[in-house]
Amino acid sequence: MASIRLEGINKTFGKNKALRNVNFQVEDGEFFCILGPPGAGKTTTLRIIIGLETPDEGKVYIDDEIVNSVHPSKRDLAMIFQNLALYPDKTIFENIASPLKRLKLDEQEINSKVVEVAKQLRIDWMLKKKPAQLSGGERQRVAIGRAIVRQPSAYLMDEPLSNLDSLLRLEMRLTLKELQTSLKETFIYATHDQVEALSMADRIAILDKGVLQQIGLPGEVYRYPENSLVATVLGNPSMNFIACRIKENKDKVCLIHEAFSAISDKDALSTDVLSSLNTGKDLMLGVRPEDITISLQKPTEPSVMGEIYVTEPLGNKTIVDVKLGEEIIKVIDGPSFKGEPAQTIWIRMNEAKLHLFETKSRKCVYHASEDYPVRIDG
Amino acid sequence: MATITLDKLTKRFGKQTAVKDLTLKIDENEFVALLGPSGCGKTTTMNMISGILKPDMGKVYFDEREMNDVPAGKRGVGFVFQNYAVFTHMTVYNNIACGLKVQKFPASDIDAEVIKAAKLLRIDHVLNTNAERLSINDMQKVALARTLVTKPEILLLDEPLSNLDAALRNIMRAELKRLHLELGQTTVYVTHDQVEAMSLADRIAVMNFAVLQQFDTPYEVYRRPKNLFVANFIGSPTMNFLKGTYRDGKIDLADFDQGIIPIPDTCRTPLEKKLKNEEVVLGIRPEHLKLDHTDGVRKSSLKANVVNLEPLGSETIVYLRPQGGVDNIIKSMMHSDYVANLNEVKTIGFNEEDLYIFDQGSGDLVFTF
Repeated sequence: MASIRLEGINKTFGKNKALRNVNFQVEDGEFFCILGPPGAGKTTTLRIIIGLETPDEGKVYIDDEIVNSVHPSKRDLAMIFQNLALYPDKTIFENIASPLKRLKLDEQEINSKVVEVAKQLRIDWMLKKKPAQLSGGERQRVAIGRAIVRQPSAYLMDEPLSNLDSLLRLEMRLTLKELQTSLKETFIYATHDQVEALSMADRIAILDKGVLQQIGLPGEVYRYPENSLVATVLGNPSMNFIACRIKENKDKVCLIHEAFSAISDKDALSTDVLSSLNTGKDLMLGVRPEDITISLQKPTEPSVMGEIYVTEPLGNKTIVDVKLGEEIIKVIDGPSFKGEPAQTIWIRMNEAKLHLFETKSRKCVYHASEDYPVRIDG
Repeated sequence: MATITLDKLTKRFGKQTAVKDLTLKIDENEFVALLGPSGCGKTTTMNMISGILKPDMGKVYFDEREMNDVPAGKRGVGFVFQNYAVFTHMTVYNNIACGLKVQKFPASDIDAEVIKAAKLLRIDHVLNTNAERLSINDMQKVALARTLVTKPEILLLDEPLSNLDAALRNIMRAELKRLHLELGQTTVYVTHDQVEAMSLADRIAVMNFAVLQQFDTPYEVYRRPKNLFVANFIGSPTMNFLKGTYRDGKIDLADFDQGIIPIPDTCRTPLEKKLKNEEVVLGIRPEHLKLDHTDGVRKSSLKANVVNLEPLGSETIVYLRPQGGVDNIIKSMMHSDYVANLNEVKTIGFNEEDLYIFDQGSGDLVFTF
């Protein structure tokens, strides 16, 4: 059991700034995901926590104790990698038992601990087999078993599911979540897969180019992204961004696009938006594909006219790519959507779920809500 | 534009059979996806179409013309690979033009073709940029444009989107589909990603262990998978499979204490006719397995405990352990605002037309309602 805290971490490799002033605290017993594209600095962060890298600046705390100068082996953390290194010539039992043998525990204790862990991971029936006889998912469970058997104070995992096929990934997600719930230990889990982060994490930290973008609950970072990068990383297909010009009209603020205009009450908007107004900055309207509905006939409610670019039937849903002026946005519709390319359609956006982003800084300056929607006119 | 006919193709590498007795007829202007896990024979099949590999048995035809002895360079096919070889020291324009220059087209024709292809792929604003400065997305477009200007009758694409990140892949997928609508080349597309195959293809050839499993429209492979392999490979999250025994108009599911699924009298005779033995697998997709019973979904006697919830933003996957089951976990796809407590007991609901009955031994689909 441990809480882990990073304070002002900077790390440079040659000219490359791997981490820039990274701060976060992982609570005791928390499932904490670090989400980011390749090269974001996820692995470097984990290696700094475990002690395989030394930060140029900043402090690493385990349970409020600075561990910068503590040797990795003394930090009492376990790391699980994407490429698991099992001993191929040893049985599963011996593989799981190996860290305990190093601790020189007696035979009986080792035996009971290995069996207990194996039961927990549902691999107890294969203890006498060799790694080569197991499937990829089973081998990954053995690697996890070997890590948990010595009961470290926290677990660091670096893309542990990336090498598995999609079916096994789904199964392992559940296994890991159940494991963490029953162990109640601290997990820090690095991944580039937003589904893994959303589905398992208590909290998600989004990292990009060494800079921490946002930390929050899964529902929070999905619903209220602080910048367009976070909005893009979470969700598949990701959020649509529609470039607009901004114009002031008495107590209203108008966003102008060739296909529509959007209006919001001035007093609902933050000073950031209003300052964009004065400086003439452009804004992007952000809307998720599931927050748009399509009609093949013109609805009576205000709607935006567009044209079908292509349709992508996926079995349980259809992604419809819609051309609005020169831009193409993605809309999620039902499995039986009927519409042909070049056909004129009308879309309605959920006005309570729109976001405004500053084009240049990518910062989100406004999240619409039920009380303060952004009204869209065709 | 040409049709492609593969007639009983077999290809072995040493003892390994890479493609076994494959017969496939691809229509003019058709977009066909070869879909399967790694090692299923899809790339070998494509390489026999292009001429890189020669089949051990069987024949390849473009239209009526047999191609077995025509070398790859003379088959008139255009290729785009996962690792696009763009000349990074050249401008985008020269990259796209190089195929035409090799074929000694007049400069004015080259100019017109390059600009046309660049406009189509929306890279006309970077024509004078050096290719090394492009984004990965644009580089892949350059590779595509370079192939398209040579006007191949047949376009072969081998996992062209695999190296792109998820957001770009989504964008390029739509662009590829639109491009095909506009140009209409007969296209063969190799992928292991069922989403790409479903969204792009007119028909999908699903392969496994060197053997063609099913060749159908995306709707058909999703809605009427011929066997357990196809049912499992198509759709995300994957279909739920429940083992059971059919006897006297009822399926008794092994994983459930109260696991009786009654078969309506009208369906008994057709089902029994097709069923070779009693052991069956009942399949139901997560999107059809309902936990609330609002929209006319029929309740069953099946009860299961919630073991996990995965809120994915636009939807929530609910994992349940059947009451009476040991290891099997079933999944239900619910709306994003669905909530449930862990260990809560749920009564499972579904509509009969969303059930699939497979033969446990052969894995073949034997019945749908």
